[in-house]
Amino acid sequence: MTATSVNVRLGAIAAARSGDKGSSANIGVVPRTSSAFQFLREYLTPERVLAYFAPLEPTGIRYHVFPKIECLNFVLEGILAGGGSRSLRIDAQGKALGQAMLEMPIDVPADLLGELVPHHSMKRPEV
Amino acid sequence: MKSVIKIGNAQGFWGDIVDAPQRLVESVPDLDYLTLDYLAEVSLSIMAVQRQTDPSLGYARDFLSVLASLTPHLRAGRPLRVITNAGGLNPRGCAAACMKVLREQGCGHIKVALVAGDDVLQQMMHAGSEQTHWSNAETGESVLTIRDRLTTAHAYMGASPLVEALRQGADIVLTGRVADPSLVVAAAMNAFRWSHAEIDRIAQATIAGHLIECGTQVTGGIATDWLEIVDPVELGFPIIEIEDSGSFVVTKPPGSGGKLDLLTVKEQFLYEMNASDTYLSPDVSVYLDDIEFHQEAPSRVRVIGARGLPAPATCKVSATYRDGYTASAMLTIVGQDAVRKARRAGEVVFERVKRAGFELARTNIECLGTGDSVLGLVSTPVSTSMLEVVLRLSAADPRREAIDRFTKEVAPLVTGGPPGTTGYASGRAKVRPVFGYWPCLIPSGDVRPVVELMEVTSS
Repeated sequence: MTATSVNVRLGAIAAARSGDKGSSANIGVVPRTSSAFQFLREYLTPERVLAYFAPLEPTGIRYHVFPKIECLNFVLEGILAGGGSRSLRIDAQGKALGQAMLEMPIDVPADLLGELVPHHSMKRPEV
Repeated sequence: MKSVIKIGNAQGFWGDIVDAPQRLVESVPDLDYLTLDYLAEVSLSIMAVQRQTDPSLGYARDFLSVLASLTPHLRAGRPLRVITNAGGLNPRGCAAACMKVLREQGCGHIKVALVAGDDVLQQMMHAGSEQTHWSNAETGESVLTIRDRLTTAHAYMGASPLVEALRQGADIVLTGRVADPSLVVAAAMNAFRWSHAEIDRIAQATIAGHLIECGTQVTGGIATDWLEIVDPVELGFPIIEIEDSGSFVVTKPPGSGGKLDLLTVKEQFLYEMNASDTYLSPDVSVYLDDIEFHQEAPSRVRVIGARGLPAPATCKVSATYRDGYTASAMLTIVGQDAVRKARRAGEVVFERVKRAGFELARTNIECLGTGDSVLGLVSTPVSTSMLEVVLRLSAADPRREAIDRFTKEVAPLVTGGPPGTTGYASGRAKVRPVFGYWPCLIPSGDVRPVVELMEVTSS
């Protein structure tokens, strides 16, 4: 972390929503400002996202950036352990993955946070 | 011809708010089309189980009470047309049940159309190994590995047969598996008399359908900022106001609860979206990268810029096959060392099943509350400090009797398990069949939709 960056949860600068596609899941990330989008399109590399979700054992990742509506979409292949009615996990359909994504710790330039409404909690909960 | 038509969706899945259709119709007096989407990927396999016990079932029965709730408006001659995939596995059975409701409610003038032809189970069951288009589109496995266990196989039809039904004068169009956005596409194509060559307009309507197919997911439901939405009790269902040009606004009924803005529209736009610049449907391939969203007013977002490319030459089929049995059970464990106690209790259950002679094919122990739902991603709690945890035990096995045995080993924890074991009021877990999901792509020409107009007789 440099002097001008702060460590926050992704949820401080973005919204997210997840859904299932067979045994894969997608996670759409919606940055809350244009500058957050410009930052995240560089920062949220597929490698970084895949590494974050490694405990759920995805087999691969594909992604797409929507430049005009300023959104990112990640498809995590094989992350649902069979998905649908087959998976034994409580979150067989990947509904929780978007929320899990928002807990990703990220280092952001401090000025990115200035333009945001402060009520989106910046910190991961203490454990 | 109206310059703007209004299309509302009031069911996002089978199990959605049952009086939503009636309320949407009443709060938007000039609503032209009502779509009701009942089918998720595995809905048809649930219907297959119901049809096994009663051959007249196999459709979304919720629709019958929805239809009854709409009859005062239909009787009064309101020009409202309903398009729904409630027919599920058995659109014919659903249509017969609907006719009965309409007859009883004095709606003799209402025309019901049935759109079938999505069921390709017979073709798939007779597929040979040389017909590689039945292979699993995700894994490449041959259909021969599951052919004997197939329960359902349905092709995603497009808007064409629905438009045909509307042009024949149907007030209510009942179908089974169609691509979800096609319900809205059919409404727009019929209202504006678009031909299939109008691919940019059809692309716009496809995005409109995609945005509202899950009902309240675009009006504040599951939004990241859900805690801030106004009046979640009266969450509004979505409405599309579309013009002949294809330009449309997504909105919700005046005075309804929820939140509809750029953020909720973007979140829902991305929902279940592929990692691609193109969205494929049976009607059109939509180029997505030039789409723009503009907030025109509170709760009104205009969508422009979707472009159409020719529809794919293949048609998606969702098939399901029997894949053994499963059950899951939950107990709450309270007190010191709650997490350790829960995990140990789970291990005891599975060990007892094993000693009873059943080596279960797959098992899972989850301590919910510790982050297990996403395997430690969300939090890494100090488990010794937790005084309460929900233990969830799950198992799957080809043998029904093995799963049955598992369900019987859970309750004994109430008297023989750790102290503070509670929450068994719901009784023994239910053994459920597992349905594997088998997506494949077949030549579009192999799907032959059938449109049949029925009329309510006054007898």
